[in-house]
Amino acid sequence: MEIAVASGKGGTGKTTVSLSLATYYRDKGFKVALLDCDVEEPNANLFLNAELTEKVECKILLPKVDDSLCTGCGKCDELCEYSAIVLIKGKPLVLPEMCHSCGGCALICPEKAITEIERAIGVIEKGEKDGIKFAGGRLNIGEVLSPPLIGDVKENYPDADIRILDSPPGTSCPVIESVKHADFLILVAEPTPFGLNDLKLAAGMGEALGLPSAVVINKGGDNDRMIKEFCESVGLPVIESIPDNRTVAEKYSRGDCVSIIRENYSDKLEKITEHIRLSSRGQR
Amino acid sequence: MKIAISAEGTELTDKMDTRFGRAGGFIIYDTESGKADYIDNKQNLESAQGAGIQSAKTVIDAGAEALITGNVGPKAFTALNSSKIDIYLFNGGTINDAIAAFKDGKLEKSSDANVEGHW
Repeated sequence: MEIAVASGKGGTGKTTVSLSLATYYRDKGFKVALLDCDVEEPNANLFLNAELTEKVECKILLPKVDDSLCTGCGKCDELCEYSAIVLIKGKPLVLPEMCHSCGGCALICPEKAITEIERAIGVIEKGEKDGIKFAGGRLNIGEVLSPPLIGDVKENYPDADIRILDSPPGTSCPVIESVKHADFLILVAEPTPFGLNDLKLAAGMGEALGLPSAVVINKGGDNDRMIKEFCESVGLPVIESIPDNRTVAEKYSRGDCVSIIRENYSDKLEKITEHIRLSSRGQR
Repeated sequence: MKIAISAEGTELTDKMDTRFGRAGGFIIYDTESGKADYIDNKQNLESAQGAGIQSAKTVIDAGAEALITGNVGPKAFTALNSSKIDIYLFNGGTINDAIAAFKDGKLEKSSDANVEGHW
């Protein structure tokens, strides 16, 4: 089963919830994989501390034009939605950072003047800690196109019983690439006006993708009401609220965001996993 | 020579558009004849991505050898540079002001993009 943990707003506790669930499932005897899909700001392994034993480059394809064969017909330019290849004064100019690697320009070129070459955009790091398998992506500095790297991260550990996808914040392409095939989507929400605003966006994304979803409130307290009112209005279940707790924050700042939640709130984690078990895609 | 100026309107008395990729349009001004043509840029103004690249193409295809605009991002710069278009930055004022400053040699050539790309 694949569980995606997303949020809309950054800093609501995606990684905390992801790791808490990973350790919970591990303790129950499941084979667990934690996949850090936030390749622009990867942080899951700062807390898991798995020794990284394998690093693989993620490469994408890019067009290369053989000027001696190109007749300047401009078919590649007409095809490309992203202006990654444009005909300027009869010559195609490739803008690598715009390219989405569809390969269309190479296919459409009547002169076969375009071939595809590989370009590295990041690395995938792999390791294991205390029975939790880990893979995470790290996008190269200056790169902007993270979905191909996220896709490569997700190819790891397909046989794990539980695959937890620690997703990036937001609701744009990288998040959609992370969560799109998940069996269940957990939205970690923070009871603040910003948290509510971004939860609305994330809930809309989950609905548009047809994902079974539920909310876990983090840093909860008296203000949970604003999250609950919204969730009720759209029929989104709120499974649990992890209280705002200074000790959790202090532990987090020292690189341990799990043990205290695992110890003090195991009843909450049980409720969350039970909800997932009953509501995930496979069950409906 | 022909110079392109990013423009908010169709007349030389209209204001310059300080945006390049998403400029409303371009005035193509011929410094020898004094003739000015307007090219609408609405299509690029509304495009999701690659507006700077497409605007560069528009200016190049119009036969301009120089461009006066407010800001140029990295991808537009790459495209303009591939055609050896000289880029001059000028902020504020009408298109006539921009042309006058260019003719008086008051504008400095830009050797790099001056703003970040948009994603």
